[in-house]
Amino acid sequence: MKLFSVVISKGLFKRGFIAALFFFAFLFALPLLKPAKFFLIGTNTAHASEQAVTTEKLPDAEAKPEAKKEEYQPAPKLKASDYPQNKYINGRVMAWLTAQLHLWFAAFVLAVPIFVFIIEAIGMATKDERYDKMAYEFIKVSLTAYSVTAVLGGLLLFTLVIFYPDFIKYMSGVFSSTMLAYAFLFFAESLCLYIYYYGWHAMDTGFGKWMHLTVGWMLNVVGTTMMLLTSAWASFMMAPHGVSATGAFEGNVWLAIHNHLWNPLNLHRFVANIAFGGGVVGAYAAYKFLSVQTKEEKAHYDWMGYTANFIAIAGLLPLPFAGYWLVAEIYATSQQMGITLMGGSFAWWFIMQAILIGGLFLSANYYLWCGMERTKGAERYIKYTKYIAFVIVMCFLVWFTPHTLVLKPGELKALGGPYHKYLGPLGIMPAKNTAVNIMLIFTFLSFTLYKRCSKIATVSWAPLGNAIQAAIFTAAVINVVICGVYFGYFTNTVYKVASSVLQVGSTLTVLISVTIIDIFMFKGAKEAAPLEWGKMPDRSQYALFVLAVTFTWLMGLMGFIRSGIRQHWHVNGVFRDASPDAFTPTIGYGARVISTGVIIFMAIIIFIFWLAQFGAKKSFKAANH
Amino acid sequence: MRTFLKIVIFSLAVTGVYAFFANIVIPQVRPAPPPVEEALDLGSMTMEQFVGLGEKVFNDICTLCHNPVGGRAPLMIQAGKDGPPIGARAEERVKDPTYKGKAKNGEEYIRESENFPSAFVVPGYGVKGTNDTVSPMPVTTSGAIGLTDAKVDAVIAYFQTNAGVPVTVKIPTGAPAPASTEAAAPPAAPAKTPEEFVAKYGCGVCHKVAGQQGPICPDLMHIGTVAMTRIKDKDYKGKAKDAAGYITESILNPSAFVAPGFPPGVMPPDFGAKILAQEFNMMVNFLSNSK
Repeated sequence: MKLFSVVISKGLFKRGFIAALFFFAFLFALPLLKPAKFFLIGTNTAHASEQAVTTEKLPDAEAKPEAKKEEYQPAPKLKASDYPQNKYINGRVMAWLTAQLHLWFAAFVLAVPIFVFIIEAIGMATKDERYDKMAYEFIKVSLTAYSVTAVLGGLLLFTLVIFYPDFIKYMSGVFSSTMLAYAFLFFAESLCLYIYYYGWHAMDTGFGKWMHLTVGWMLNVVGTTMMLLTSAWASFMMAPHGVSATGAFEGNVWLAIHNHLWNPLNLHRFVANIAFGGGVVGAYAAYKFLSVQTKEEKAHYDWMGYTANFIAIAGLLPLPFAGYWLVAEIYATSQQMGITLMGGSFAWWFIMQAILIGGLFLSANYYLWCGMERTKGAERYIKYTKYIAFVIVMCFLVWFTPHTLVLKPGELKALGGPYHKYLGPLGIMPAKNTAVNIMLIFTFLSFTLYKRCSKIATVSWAPLGNAIQAAIFTAAVINVVICGVYFGYFTNTVYKVASSVLQVGSTLTVLISVTIIDIFMFKGAKEAAPLEWGKMPDRSQYALFVLAVTFTWLMGLMGFIRSGIRQHWHVNGVFRDASPDAFTPTIGYGARVISTGVIIFMAIIIFIFWLAQFGAKKSFKAANH
Repeated sequence: MRTFLKIVIFSLAVTGVYAFFANIVIPQVRPAPPPVEEALDLGSMTMEQFVGLGEKVFNDICTLCHNPVGGRAPLMIQAGKDGPPIGARAEERVKDPTYKGKAKNGEEYIRESENFPSAFVVPGYGVKGTNDTVSPMPVTTSGAIGLTDAKVDAVIAYFQTNAGVPVTVKIPTGAPAPASTEAAAPPAAPAKTPEEFVAKYGCGVCHKVAGQQGPICPDLMHIGTVAMTRIKDKDYKGKAKDAAGYITESILNPSAFVAPGFPPGVMPPDFGAKILAQEFNMMVNFLSNSK
């Protein structure tokens, strides 16, 4: 929030706003572009199967040019023997692990430049070198991770070529132009990143700084474009578009890119990457905080950890909404896939998701509460934290209450059925939606209290402002509960689904309106007590590690769920996976693969942190003496 | 180095907690293996069996949306706010002014709906924002569902039988439909004996059947006789006429009749999607003869 206040107060807001506007316009204008050759025809959202039937089965439908039919072959119908096997390596697990590790590192190296760019811009506007130094340290960590990302990308490609040759041949047949573009963009990103990093000190004043910032901007545009391309491949596999019902490509790559799930997946990945990147650099700051000895260094890494936690929470808060949109679009694309996701084979995986998100919320809140020890001004608010903790834990319990219980015969008899009389109703979505919205609102309350620990508002209308904020929090919670209970349990399904939009609206209203009031209310606020950076207990730093490990595990879990709901299809409905490993695994099997990936990822990332110590010690001494 | 080790151990511990929870605390539900398309011996099929095939297809696939619970799609076999069952109302659809297809009668209408669901969209069930001009229903004859023409005909026969109108489709003659050429992961082997069946699907956990002593659901040791009593029960709302029909119905649609004294909702409703055709017939025969 301090970052936000700085942006407002230093006049960077206007420039930053325009820049952000361009950035988002770039992201979301792509679907509207229709250059003649690359994007042969306009967009539509018909699904592959529907489109195929429209063209093939209706007698009056416009016939496809014969040339097109001959040019592209249908998706192959494979046999188990078409999948090469290796005596020592399971192809599926290898592909799963390499893809997931590549995605973790890619998410990290795409996210870090986004907030490094913002932090550098703030440092430039405020002329506060601390921001610049922190941004440089962040990008330094991501530079090493960038090399690992590239190596894992190569390993993934080899894995697919070796174990799934027909699949990669089919995908490259549809997406050849975008795959080549991806390779060229990789060069462009490398170039931007190296100039950005190695030119940091050479371009640190005057026009040079502007040039440097521009390179940072280009780095983000290229990185985000690469993410959009890979999202197109992944979402095409779930919602094929631009191909016939037999999987034959119809020649228009834009249709394949702009499939029904592309934009929801883009948004979800973009926001999740930022939250994940914040979590990982938070772990870096925690590692450094625990390693260094001097007060100055502790203060620096404490501040870095706080900033990283802020970024992670800022990404985490809107993430459920982006996820909600993605799932709604999955349902719209294929009800069968949606039901498999939320009510079928994968329902129990979502209980695990609830555990992980509960872990995220609790660790993030715990870190904020520990942060109150930085200032004596926090004594006014510490008494409220136990109530917030109680509410968050209760919501967490509701969220991970399953609907249907798997029981032994004796237990089933004692319970009188698979649903518990009182807890059973907590297993359905209205209860979950209510719990998660309240959890978001109370996490934001934690953050709001933390922000004002060291400040006292001086504006004359401060009591009124506080009362309005309290009223907004209260009204939002009441609205969320009424929407969840009344529309969730006493009306039909249509209202049940629609009421979740009202709940989300309440939460967003709190986030936006309370933030706006705070900005004006604490303008020119006086200091209640000095904020002593570095005055944090060591245990708080472990909360940052819980955040990083949990984010990583969660990404692994949700990544598998998103991919796994295709079940025995490489490309849903048009290209069947006939390999011996096409089965949907149990959650235990999945958890073991995900945990292995998390351990490998954390081992590499902690090694990178450890490596970063060498240069950091020297540069810190140089900067402070 | 000490901090390094502490962090490594802590990270491993957190990961371990999540792995432990997913492996030990959460029940390990094993999803069904990828489906393998059955070869249909249409040449030796009676109309009753053909209708049964249509019913099975409907229960396995269509009821995912066409069910009274979710309200996602119009009801097909029940009369309700959408009119009489589809077998009867299909004839009226083709006369509707908003109908955009080319069907001339009920049979053609249903077949067309499988191939081109938007030919007629039942008011209130269209894709949001399309003013009921686009149906959310997937094409069932291709893609992930991929019903063969024979199965579509079987479903039509089932709808017509269910609605009490004459069955107009004929059992396709000629060579049996080829088995899928798509190789898939080997399916679980079909149960060959009632004991194997009971062990495979865990019936004995709740029921007393085939040597198992499940205590919380109806005793099936004499279900062949008991079934006839149930059919005559005043609360019975199903459609079975004999013991085999009752048992079939109880497996595919457990809520059609809940035995007195037992709680509803205990019997899983998805066995129809899991049990293989040949073992299903074997088990129904076995239970029908358990007197």
